[in-house]
Amino acid sequence: MEMIKLTIDNKVVEAEKGTTVLKAARKIGIEIPTLCYFELKGMNIENKPGGCRICVVEIAGRKNLAPACATEVMEGMVVHTHNIRVLNARRTVLELMLSDHPTDCLVCAKAGNCELQSMAQQLGVREIPYQGEQSTYRKDTSPSIIRDVDKCIMCRRCEMMCNDIQTVGALSAVNRGFTSVVAPAFEMNLEKSPCTYCGQCVSVCPTGALTEVDHTRYIINALADPTKTVVVQTAPAVRVALGEEFGMEPGQIVTGKMAAALRQLGFKYVFDTDFAADLTIMEEGTELLGRLSKHLAGDTTVKLPILTSCCPGWVNFFEHNFSDMLDIPSTAKSPQQMFGAIAKSYFADKIGVDRKNMVVVSIMPCLAKKYECQRDEFKKDGNPDVDFSLSTRELAHLIKQSNIDFNTLEDEDFDHPLGESTGASVIFGATGGVIEAACRTAYEVFTGKKLDKVDFTELRGLENIRQATIDFDGLPINIGIAHGLGNARKLLEDVRAGKSKFHAIEIMACPGGCIGGGGQPYHHGDIEILKKRSEAIYQEDAGKPIRKSHENPDIIKLYEEFLGKPCGAVSHHLLHTHYFDKSEEVIIND
Amino acid sequence: MSKVKSLEDLKKLREEMESKLVERNNSSNLVQIKVAMATCGIASGAKDLMEFLIDELDKRNIEAVVTQTGCMGYCYAEPTIEVTLPNKAPIVFGYVNLKKGDEIIEKYIKNNELVDGIIPVNYESIEK
Amino acid sequence: MAKIKKHLLVCGGTSCNALQNEVIASNLKETIREKGLNEEVQVMMTGCFGLCEKGPIVKVLHDNTIYIGVKPEDLKEIVEEHIINGNKVTRLLLDSDPNLKVHSKKQLRIALRNCGFIDPENINEYFACDGYLALGKVLESKDPQKTIDIIKKSGLRGRGGGGFPTGLKWEITSKSQADQKYVVCNADEGDPGAFMDRSILEGDPHSVIEAMAIAGYAIGATKGLVYIRAEYPLAIERLKTAINQSREFGFLGTDIMGSGFDFDIELRYGAGAFVCGEETALIHSMEGNRGEPTFKPPFPSVSGYLGKPTNVNNVETFANIPVIINKGAEWFAAIGTEKSKGTKVFALAGKINNVGLIEVPMGITLREIIYEIGGGIKDGKKFKAVQTGGPSGGCLTEVHLDTPIDYDNLIAAGSMMGSGGMIVMDEDDCMVSIAKYYLDFTVEESCGKCTPCRIGNKRLYEILEKITLGKGTLEDLDKLKNLSHVIKDTSLCGLGQTSPNPVLSTLENFWDEYIEHVTVKKCRSNQCKALMQYIIDPEQCVGCTACARNCPVNAITGERKLAHLINQDICIKCGACMEKCKFNAISIK
Repeated sequence: MEMIKLTIDNKVVEAEKGTTVLKAARKIGIEIPTLCYFELKGMNIENKPGGCRICVVEIAGRKNLAPACATEVMEGMVVHTHNIRVLNARRTVLELMLSDHPTDCLVCAKAGNCELQSMAQQLGVREIPYQGEQSTYRKDTSPSIIRDVDKCIMCRRCEMMCNDIQTVGALSAVNRGFTSVVAPAFEMNLEKSPCTYCGQCVSVCPTGALTEVDHTRYIINALADPTKTVVVQTAPAVRVALGEEFGMEPGQIVTGKMAAALRQLGFKYVFDTDFAADLTIMEEGTELLGRLSKHLAGDTTVKLPILTSCCPGWVNFFEHNFSDMLDIPSTAKSPQQMFGAIAKSYFADKIGVDRKNMVVVSIMPCLAKKYECQRDEFKKDGNPDVDFSLSTRELAHLIKQSNIDFNTLEDEDFDHPLGESTGASVIFGATGGVIEAACRTAYEVFTGKKLDKVDFTELRGLENIRQATIDFDGLPINIGIAHGLGNARKLLEDVRAGKSKFHAIEIMACPGGCIGGGGQPYHHGDIEILKKRSEAIYQEDAGKPIRKSHENPDIIKLYEEFLGKPCGAVSHHLLHTHYFDKSEEVIIND
Repeated sequence: MSKVKSLEDLKKLREEMESKLVERNNSSNLVQIKVAMATCGIASGAKDLMEFLIDELDKRNIEAVVTQTGCMGYCYAEPTIEVTLPNKAPIVFGYVNLKKGDEIIEKYIKNNELVDGIIPVNYESIEK
Repeated sequence: MAKIKKHLLVCGGTSCNALQNEVIASNLKETIREKGLNEEVQVMMTGCFGLCEKGPIVKVLHDNTIYIGVKPEDLKEIVEEHIINGNKVTRLLLDSDPNLKVHSKKQLRIALRNCGFIDPENINEYFACDGYLALGKVLESKDPQKTIDIIKKSGLRGRGGGGFPTGLKWEITSKSQADQKYVVCNADEGDPGAFMDRSILEGDPHSVIEAMAIAGYAIGATKGLVYIRAEYPLAIERLKTAINQSREFGFLGTDIMGSGFDFDIELRYGAGAFVCGEETALIHSMEGNRGEPTFKPPFPSVSGYLGKPTNVNNVETFANIPVIINKGAEWFAAIGTEKSKGTKVFALAGKINNVGLIEVPMGITLREIIYEIGGGIKDGKKFKAVQTGGPSGGCLTEVHLDTPIDYDNLIAAGSMMGSGGMIVMDEDDCMVSIAKYYLDFTVEESCGKCTPCRIGNKRLYEILEKITLGKGTLEDLDKLKNLSHVIKDTSLCGLGQTSPNPVLSTLENFWDEYIEHVTVKKCRSNQCKALMQYIIDPEQCVGCTACARNCPVNAITGERKLAHLINQDICIKCGACMEKCKFNAISIK
């Protein structure tokens, strides 16, 4: 690696050729402030349009100040990051930004988590000398995401996520000059765009321009209604991230505290989406084996690979972009919806509550789940299987509002029967987890043998696209894994072109899988947080006494008492779904 | 049309074209008119003027060649035309509407009598 | 009828008009008649000769003699000595003025050499003017570096605004390694009032095509793209025609002139966004993306169109190339100043008599352009400023009139060459309003990508607006200065880096006017309506009621035959009253 020597604030630093002034400065403890710049290291996610101009520095010999985030180091470069010229310019640029930003910080959804607010703090801005017209736009509320782009600072992070990483193409810069803003084409509503509600735009937005639709008040109302039986389910990725909202280190597992908090909030039954994840494996695994057997028997009408279908952002993505291949994904509903369907049938019957009087709430790391539970096919006579979906962040707000000291709570368990789960279901929260869980069950069902080792480490990791071949007792099964929709698109295009060699593909819309979901505590571009959440997921799995879905005793009981067999008639009715062609519903880019 | 295959070919072509021009310039009774037909000229009516000149010169039995050309630079005086009478230096006329065009034919072209609106050429061009 | 044999031309330009040229003309006619020459000598009034400071001018057409400073008493001598006896009157000859250089004509047309000379749709006429000869020479030399060396040696700099040395740009692109490179012609002319690129493409499209092929050969590119505004339909038509003709003759296509070199050109249309003249924005626009600039480096010469090395030159720059090849680098380098060689085309506009397209050698002074080529200020008003470089440039004043114009001098004077817009202002122009006008343009044309340009220019505009409305404070002037400097210092591309220039240069050169606006709330040019007051002088007013009857907002009150009064709170400053007053009782304060 060629090294370059340069001077930053009178300190000599050696940096790799091709690196930026920003990164070279960090090496010697100089933190140049940034705003539009964003990086998730190791995931190929970087946003450096050089647009906000907060990170400008003086480089000797150059006429103008240069953005540290986008300026490559050069031999002998002399950089000043905080002389009077730089400080004045940086402050003025920030003052300009603030002059076109609402000052409703007190009631902003992003208050306390806003990077613009932090920057104003850091630079000690006490007044905004440049006053003038503020740009105003229509507020846009979709089932999952609120766009309040008066607060947009044109950092373009969302645009980068939506286009470069997710290849969704819902958001891009529109208009010019002072009125330019990031929006769907023709400034239409997000609902009229190809948006998948993956929420990655929300998770990178530095301000309150993009936030989730807040459903907490509906939950408070439901909990206060004596006629309602309120049931809650919590997704696997929530328990490894929720602690961050209460000042804990990333990667703390707070399953027990979370169950205790939910009970304290007043939920009658505190259940686990993990239970439904085990159920998903039963259904999806059976479907996989069915298709695989037919394929091996020479049936050419059966489609392979099978695609996982538990991620609602991903489902939206292929309904929009791969509507010619709607027969490829597994028909199994997502764990959230399987849970709702079972809760409002099997469980409601069991406790003798009419489904109309049962409110099912889900706690999800996800914003697309809000949209998913509102889909018409997941309702019975207009009553949804899952009534409300809250993000991890919303749950944290709910707990804080209710005067619960989360950190000192004693651990509690989930209720039965929909609270029992295995290690296989926990790993749904990380990329590769669903397919690993499926392999654990499918292997044993297919071969009739016990697995020596349940850990398929070859399926784990954070590389964008992974592939592995699993030996099903002499039959090599090719597995593909993609997280992030752009990576998914690559695998899907191969399938469309008939070039895919995979038998099964797992896809998660969000980078890292659900641990990096759009509803999780903000990571502000710190990849270490995602890594720690991922480690915690596998740690939780390793600590579980049962680690294979088909060994979950309550799942076995559910089939005996109610469902019959996987992919049977009752399952087909309750636990499987179909997909829609949405390619015509949006205005495609041109 | 055959392609030009070498520098020699091109030089021959140039000589041919040059001599045609020289021939035209030496012709004893051919009147040459260039009409400035850039956007500014056309916007001021140069197209109508050009048609008018072609028609009228023909009707009045004057042997003339009328061609279009680009911007002469006298935007303030569009439409502009350059008239070259046999064996004479070219003269540029500005503000040439149809009436002025008629006047130019009758007075200058037929009788070598100048009319108002002459624009002195105020530039030099590189030697060809 | 005797044939007219001799013509005497009297300059009819407005400057000469002030110097009694009509008297000269009629006296001259009289003298001719007295001598019985009226059958063969014709006296004519003509357009401006561009010698306004030397007027009145009389030109004897048949031998190209120009007399300057002609007075009525000189006419007899001219007729007797010159017309009858054939001896020139030496004391009045143009050449006798030692202040005038050898070139009586201030303009030299290189880029415009064929504009207005050849038929742009007839390739044969281009051939007659050395057409494609330069390309032939370059291909025959079989030495791309030699071509680059010629352009480097000529000293040619980019005519689009930045003034980057063209040869150096070619060299960098030629040294970038890639399987495909591109030559791009920037025909996205966006400066308000500038239209030289359009004129070149309309008048001499082949010269640009030829130059692009030369550039392609020099840098190793086989593809050329012209990025042209869709608002230039005629230029597009003529360019398309020329490209087809060029292909027919084999100057575009494969194995050009038997050299083995392949090159062809495609057109790409722009929607007229000013920022797309910036080369990275232009490239993004050609790629089908949002036309906004990206940070340089990497420069297009390393990574441009589709990530490949791309050489972007402006139309006027290209138009110079064939001449340089044909006449040599030394010839070109002999024209102009030490660091700025050759000529520059300007679109002369504003309060000037001869509005038009001019091409002048670098080093010419503003005075020469305004008073000699431009024919002076309209209606004999007083010159105030000239704005060069479009919205990126600044205003120059009287003190700059004798500064030789080149890239570096203009920048030193607080303006820039730009693409060549040149707008002349007179005493009636308010400089705060002028700065506001340009900022209005920049605010419209900013792409919105970077904060200082997106918001900063808007705030500059708002402060200027506040000042023209009479609500400005001294503190606002400080804000204007600081904001201007920060926008220049921090903006991402050339647009923002130069957009405050009109503010800074007017602050620098017309500080008094700003001070007047904010302290005594006065606009000396009476352009800022909010700062004007129409006042009725009670001494002069006879109470005829004409003003009151014509006031559209009923702001004027008064009894018949008594002095009237304008209510300033209602007055909209339309000026109707002043127009109607027959007694000069109404004035602007």
